[in-house]
This record gives sequence, structure tokens and C-alpha cells, in this order.
Amino acid sequence: MGDKLLELLQQVVNGLSQGSIYALIALGYTMVFGVLRFINFAHGDVYMLGAFVGFYLGPKTLKLFGDGPSYPGAAAVLLLSMALCAIIGIVIEKICYRPLRERPKLTVLITAIGVSLFLENGGQFVFGADPKSFPDVITDRALEIPASWGKISGLTITISQVLVFGVTLVLMFVLSHIVRKTKLGMAMRALSFNPVAAQLMGINVDVVISFTFGLGSALAGAAGILTSIQQPSIDPLMGINAGLKAFVAAVLGGIGNLQGAVLGGLLIGVLEAIVVGYVDPTYRDPIVFGVLILILLVKPTGLLGASEREKV
Amino acid sequence: MHKFTFVPVVLVSAISLAGSALGADEIKVGEFAALTGGSASFGQSSHRGTEMAFDEINAAGGVLGKKFKLITEDDQSAAGQPATIVRKLISQDKVVTVLGEVRSSATIEAAPICQENKIPLITPAATNPKVTEVGDYISRVCFIDPFQGTVMAKFALSKGWKKVAVLTDVKQDYSVGLAEFFVKAFTAGGGQVVKEQKYSTGDKDFKAQLTSIKVTKPDAIFIPGYYGEVALVARQARLLGIKVPLLGGDGWVGDSLLKVAGNALDGCFFSNHFSEEDQSPLVQGFVKKYEAKYHEKPDAMAALGYDSAGILADAIKRAGTTDGDKLKGAIAATKGFQGVTGSITLDPQRNASKSAVIMAIVNGGFKFEQNVAP
Repeated sequence: MGDKLLELLQQVVNGLSQGSIYALIALGYTMVFGVLRFINFAHGDVYMLGAFVGFYLGPKTLKLFGDGPSYPGAAAVLLLSMALCAIIGIVIEKICYRPLRERPKLTVLITAIGVSLFLENGGQFVFGADPKSFPDVITDRALEIPASWGKISGLTITISQVLVFGVTLVLMFVLSHIVRKTKLGMAMRALSFNPVAAQLMGINVDVVISFTFGLGSALAGAAGILTSIQQPSIDPLMGINAGLKAFVAAVLGGIGNLQGAVLGGLLIGVLEAIVVGYVDPTYRDPIVFGVLILILLVKPTGLLGASEREKV
Repeated sequence: MHKFTFVPVVLVSAISLAGSALGADEIKVGEFAALTGGSASFGQSSHRGTEMAFDEINAAGGVLGKKFKLITEDDQSAAGQPATIVRKLISQDKVVTVLGEVRSSATIEAAPICQENKIPLITPAATNPKVTEVGDYISRVCFIDPFQGTVMAKFALSKGWKKVAVLTDVKQDYSVGLAEFFVKAFTAGGGQVVKEQKYSTGDKDFKAQLTSIKVTKPDAIFIPGYYGEVALVARQARLLGIKVPLLGGDGWVGDSLLKVAGNALDGCFFSNHFSEEDQSPLVQGFVKKYEAKYHEKPDAMAALGYDSAGILADAIKRAGTTDGDKLKGAIAATKGFQGVTGSITLDPQRNASKSAVIMAIVNGGFKFEQNVAP
């Protein structure tokens, strides 16, 4: 294997770890869209709040598991952030979106932008606008690849990269299991199919929607922690860019489709790494958002989204 | 209307001539500084350095048999203030020279007023190249932004590093300027720039850039960015197995640099204006006197303020007069002035050509490494 191929492989590894973050956030976008048919633009800011939960509560949580960074400690921080973000998501829906549910979709969309701006600027007010250094919850290092594997041992894969990728895949499978196999999941799908009929069948719409928001926000919280492990500098505006990229990922994969969101996230991550590595870093964002325009023009349902006939 | 304007001008110059003739025993120097507001910590330091320099010169008998009188005005770190108070210093206080400011924006505001009134302005720490482009009455004792690129290139060559990669923040003129001059000087000195990569302010993931840099196997990486991004770059570089030193400029100096980077920056170097750890007797004497007077260690701004006063006194001595026209010539002719921030020579654009200080990062702390001459 040549050096060129090794470099390409390394860029793919880099892209997959960054793409996993997009995928986790995209899952939340896509779930809410699947059930409610609206884009929750405040979703990226919940991801930011997830990181700040880790910043403020992480050190104390870690202490419960001994001195310094540890895996059980990291898992606890991750779960804590997911739980708090789930609550935040449910509260946001209850206060800001629920009263508007019968209004036109555009009203809710604009409210979502308002919530997003509120969280970004409120975050700068409460946390301060300067970047904060995120505590070390695990000791990150490169994995040893045995020299007997030949050239591939030159590849650098860090523990956090494996962790991010693994946690994303696990959460995706847990999520599709919930949606496909549980009663609440069935209710979600019913609601997505026809809200009025679902209600007539005795489904408690409020509970299902709260559950959807909670689940999606928990994933954003997980993404907030995982990204901070890799890039331990967090600020109240970190959700803007990540949120937009994840939105592109959700559309690319086919909005409303869980596997599509993950596929889209990973593809965007790898695309970014390739553009930065081989083309020019300044083209990264134009190309990613160019993909959004292209997919909307060519295949609006996304890579995995089924085409949906307008109901008459 | 145009015809009549010359009358007040003649009047003003007549008064100012009379003023300088009358104030026979003292030389009035105006200083505008950000003593309060957002840049107050820089402004206070520079003011203290300036004040201390004049006290010393006066204690030694002054120049031309006259003592200096420093008139300091606070611009509150606010836009608009520098112009107002510099006008006041020139028209009411009749100063012969103006010193200030640490911020480029404030200096650019005041510079045209000094130029119009033919009053020399010496800025201690405004590093933006545009400052001295205002006119021939404006000069500075600090080096300009791009110079640090040249300094780091020379330093890298002196270390025997022949292959260097450059990682630039394309959103910052500062970074682009440093990178441009680094590349120019480094290749001119026989070095090879193996990769030029970019990022934007606010980026958090640099692994893709670093991967493409890693395959070129550089001896060092020049990252003329600000501390926020540099800290993350350093961490990710080490995780990717890049062990070579990282190099940078004074943008690295920031509270969170070492907090975020941990020990990832150990063995790295950056350029700065001054180090209190410089063991030269001149610097150590300055540090001792400053500590005795203000009970704190001098920073780069204090040292630059100190040198701005020193250069002025030196120029007046050589000019033999405080007349603005002759004085500006003497200031511009400054050559080999031994200041605490190094040996200062003004180039034809009246920017200081002087040595920079290279700082090393050792065990998570800053340490003086060496001086690099221009």
C-alpha cells in the first residue's frame, strides 16, 4: 500500500469521526421531521448545551469514579448530558412549539429560529462568549496498530475516534429498535403516517411528541460530549455550524429516514476531510452546502428517502 | 473661503513658536493612552514604562539642559477620543511630540492630526503596517506584524529545520501576513515549504489539514494563528503522531493557550516583543527598577513604552532642537538605539527594525529562548 493510499485512508478515518457527530445531530433533526414535519432549528443549540452540561457537571461526576479520567466516569458524563438534554428538549417543545401545533408550519419554523437565537445569545450571556476548555473525561491517545499489519500500521486512529464512531452506531441501532419494535415507536410511526387517524385510534399525541423530542435531544447531548472529548474547546455558538451541517446530512440521507441521517452524516464528514485534505479548506463549506442545493434539485427525497406521494 | 484659512494657521504657528521659545526650561511631551476601558491593562503598562523612562532621563539631567514634562491623557479605550485629546495636547498644551498608543486603531485615528500639525508621533506598540503610512511624522518602536514571519523563518533555519509546513488562518490579516513573510524568508534562506494549509477562525477540527501535512514529513510547522485555534491544532497534531515543533507569533499569547493544549505544546516556539527573562544587563536593570516602582513584572507593553520615551530623548539630543521638522528627521534617523526591547533602527518607512524575542514552551510554561536579529 502506497503512502498516497494511506493518506486517503487517514482522511477517511478523520472524516468518519467528524461525520459521526453530524450523524448524531442529524438523527434528531430527522426524527422530529418524521413525526411533526417541521425542522427544529434549535436542535444544534441543544448539542451546544450538551457540551456545557459536561463542562459544568463533568468534573464532579468524574470524581465519583475515582481520580482523573476514566471510562465509567465518561459514560456517566455522557448519560447525564443525554438525560438533561432530553429534559431540555421536552421543555422547549412544551413551551415553544406545543401552543403553535395547530398553526401553519411556517409559524413553528420561525419560532424554532427564535429559540435557536435565544439559546445562542442567552448562552453567551450566561456562560460567557469566550471559549471554555472542556475537562478531560478520558485520556485520549492513538491506538497501537501492530506492525505485522504492514503499511496500515502507519494509520493513526485515536480512542476518541473509535468511541465516537462506535457510540453513534450503537445509538442508531437502539433508535431504530425503539422505532420499529416498541409500542411508543409504533405510535411514532402512526403519528407520522396520519396524525388525525392516530389520535382517533387512542394514541396520546402529546406523550409521543415529547418522547420524540426527548430522544432526539438526548442524541444531540451525546454528540456534544463526544465532540468535546475530541476538541476540548467549547463556546455558546458551537451549535450553529454543526447544526447546519447536520441538517445538510439529514437532507442528503433522506429526511425522516434514520439510517439515511447516519449515512448522510458520515458522507458529509468524509467529504469535508477530502476537500480540506486535497482541494482547499476554504472550499469546504461552499461544497457542503452546494451538496444541499444539488440534492434538493436532483433527488429531493435524499439517498435513502422513499418518494412520498402528496396525499389528496 | 480658501483664501482666509491661512490667517489662523499663521496665527497658530506664531503662537506655537512663541510657546516653544518661552518654555525654555522644559520639553512638553504629550501621551495618549488607554488608561481605562477595554484595553486598560495594555494602556496602563505602556504608560508606566513611558513615565518611568522620563523620570530616569530627568534624574540624569534631561536633554539639551531641559527636563521633560509628560502630559498624559486617557482616551478610555474609546473610538473618537484619541483624535479629541491629541488635538487638545497639540493646540492647548503645546506639546512638541506625541507618544501613544498601544492599539493600532487608536493610533491611526490620531496620526493624521499629528501629521497635519507637523508634530512627530511615536507609537510604542501599534503594529498594523498602515500606521506609519499616514505620513513622515509618524514612526514606531515596535516591529510590524509581517516581521514576525521573517523572524520565525530565520529561527527555523538556525535550528537546521529545512522542511517546514505552514498552517494559516485565512480569516485573519495578521495570520496571512505572517505566513507570507515566513514563506518568503524561509525559501530565500534555502528552506523548503513542503505544504501550505489553511483553516478559518472558529474551526475546531484540524485533523484533515494535519493529515495532509503529516505525509510531507516536515521538520516543523509554522502556525501564525491565535491561541484559541492553536491549542486545538497542537492537541490534534500530537494525537495524529506529529511530534515536530510548532512555531507561531505573538497571537499565541493568551490565557487559554496552555489550559486547552495541556502539554501538547511542549518544545514549541513563538515570537514576542520582549521577555523579562532576557538576561541582558539592560533588560534585567529595567525589570528591577520597574518592579521596585510598580510592584509587578513589566510586560511587553511596558517595555515598548519605555523605549518610545528613550528614542524620543535620543532623537532630541541628536537634533539639538525640539522643532518638529528637524526632530522628525532625527527620529527617522534612529540607528542602533539600545532599548530594552532590543537594538532599534528605524527603516525608511519609519518602522522599527529590531530583534524579536523567541519564547519556548517548556513543561507547560513560557521560557525565554533567544533574541533574533532582523
